[in-house]
Amino acid sequence: MANLTLVQAINLALVQEMEKDDRVMILGEDVGPNGGVFRVTEGLHKRFGAARVVDSPLAESGIIGTSIGLAMAGLRPVPEIQFDGFLGPAYDQICSHAARMRTRTRGAFTVPLTIRVPVGGGIHAPELHSDSPENIYAHTPGLKVVMPSSPYDAKGLLIAAIRDPDPVIFFEPKRIYRAFREEVPEDEYVLPIGKARTVCEGTELTIVSWGASVVQCMQAIEKSGKSIELIDLRTIYPFDMDAVETSVKKTGRCVIVHEAPRTGGFGAEIAARIMEKCFLHLEAPVQRVAGFDTIMPYYKLELDYMPDAARVGRAIDDVAAY
Amino acid sequence: MPLKTVFSTEIQHLSILNEHGKFDAKLGKDVIPDKDLIMLYEHMSVCRQLDEVAFKLQRSGRMGTYPQNMGQEATSLGAAYALEKTDWLVPCYRENCGLFYRGLPMEYILLHWMGDERGNAIPRELYMTPLAIPIGTQMLHATGLAWASKYRGEKQIACTFFGDGATSEGDFHEAANFAANLDIPVIFFCQNNFWAISVPGKIQCSAPTIAQRGIAYGMDCFQCDGNDIFAVVKTVRDAAKYVRDKSRPVFIEAVTYRLGDHTTADDARRYRDQAEVDMWKQRDPLIRVRQFLKEKKLWNDSKEAAMKERAEKAVTAAVERAENITPPNRNDFFDYMYAELPDELREQRDTMQTHSLGQDPAQIAQPVDSH
Repeated sequence: MANLTLVQAINLALVQEMEKDDRVMILGEDVGPNGGVFRVTEGLHKRFGAARVVDSPLAESGIIGTSIGLAMAGLRPVPEIQFDGFLGPAYDQICSHAARMRTRTRGAFTVPLTIRVPVGGGIHAPELHSDSPENIYAHTPGLKVVMPSSPYDAKGLLIAAIRDPDPVIFFEPKRIYRAFREEVPEDEYVLPIGKARTVCEGTELTIVSWGASVVQCMQAIEKSGKSIELIDLRTIYPFDMDAVETSVKKTGRCVIVHEAPRTGGFGAEIAARIMEKCFLHLEAPVQRVAGFDTIMPYYKLELDYMPDAARVGRAIDDVAAY
Repeated sequence: MPLKTVFSTEIQHLSILNEHGKFDAKLGKDVIPDKDLIMLYEHMSVCRQLDEVAFKLQRSGRMGTYPQNMGQEATSLGAAYALEKTDWLVPCYRENCGLFYRGLPMEYILLHWMGDERGNAIPRELYMTPLAIPIGTQMLHATGLAWASKYRGEKQIACTFFGDGATSEGDFHEAANFAANLDIPVIFFCQNNFWAISVPGKIQCSAPTIAQRGIAYGMDCFQCDGNDIFAVVKTVRDAAKYVRDKSRPVFIEAVTYRLGDHTTADDARRYRDQAEVDMWKQRDPLIRVRQFLKEKKLWNDSKEAAMKERAEKAVTAAVERAENITPPNRNDFFDYMYAELPDELREQRDTMQTHSLGQDPAQIAQPVDSH
């Protein structure tokens, strides 16, 4: 066991998968000697060499498009897209090819790749370095979309993603890259994609969240003094509806918290599914606490945009009092 | 000297058997043995026959939209013939002839355009990727496939096919840039057929050749007569040797012409002159090979008639196989989404015939009694 940050846990997962499987390789901008702009790939270039940790040209579509070819040939590429806001240029390759290769070839070709992307706001970064586009990819059939909220989860989920036979977008909440440490086992372990984690149990209300927002939710729960169950989805697609359903049927009340804009956000999908599965158990309308339907503001105002413990707290009060 | 030339270059155009049937014996020496030339001519003829039949199938409602290959047969065929059988062919969607030569059964192409994904389930041992519909994106896959070969220390290379229009796409630039800067063994094979649907080549590229686009990446670049099977074979063969030995990409522009419409949904008379089409019909890759074979006494009208009959039979059989395939299973579009079907998709699949979408039956309201 070591006390690791989320960055260190991801680094450890990459090292262990690369040690274990020589099909695993890394490519992206600045991932080589520089170790990535967030130092996630620190030391890997030295350890595994330039053929397996590749500084690519500055081209996101190129990074993902070549990764698709590498994966079709049987390798396990782990490309890094440097920031959430730069995923856009790669969208065509992701949705037009990676996501649909298995189905359009009826299994003759598959694309086992893991796209690592730092995601979300809260670190005073420049424009297009703070977005939360997870729902775009959750809405693209053929992908799996993962977002851990802790070092322990990050390691187990990344190993699962690399070993997954289908394309996975692995979003890393950059706000908590180094925000706290956690005991992370040295040994490799896998956390199944598609399984949520119950962060804390409760009886009065359910909160469903993922990524860095989970930390805000924990603070809000502590302040509220109520018995609240917090579910960290961990995987946005396919998401663990069983965990949500079981909890909401128990509590009858639900708040969904995410950093991405509200309209068409993944919270809307969860709320609709709660209506389908739990309608007769609901004591209050499901409420969402989300980013606003605006452009993510520059960093002076980013904390006004992002759901914080106070906004989550107001939702808890409203839903509990309904 | 304050002002000096730091770089200059030239693009060479290769022609061996020209449109008038003139054969350059020196350049054409040992490029294609006679017996292979006959075989290649048959391949082009069968492909042309499929094109004609496919057109009729579409017009009679037996097949969806189809892009004819007519006029461009020599480009992909020459490339496939010049490459090793384990080199990746990474096509766009007008490379039937090369794919059939490599061994793709014709019904796969028919099935694709008949709206059946089983046409893309290409056997692994053929080393070809399925048709790519968005323009230019497959060049990056070819670069990745060739990169994987290099990563494993193998000698396999990739050859990706695309048109003049595709060189306007950003992915062309990204693929060329990756391949050149990371020393990836891939051939970029541009089939310049002068038209991207209705948009003429000059709107895609205002330089004198498309081939020179590759120079900016530090690639060796070649142009050849794409309607001359000899020129295509020699260009690709020489390029492949270099690519394989040096682990460097090359760019080839094969100058050809789309004799048909873009697809069966298009009417090229709306935007191009018949005189231009007529001129290119004189440069048809099949005509000049046939004349060449006849002059060498390797071909005659009775052989042509016998071959026509074989071609018709082969195409008819392929159409029968495509049309008589078992109907697709509606579960398939769920079952191939992921290696393991997520619960949510399993539920959608299992209830697609009996439910709306996912409503828990226990919660569906009972009709209110209206007495």
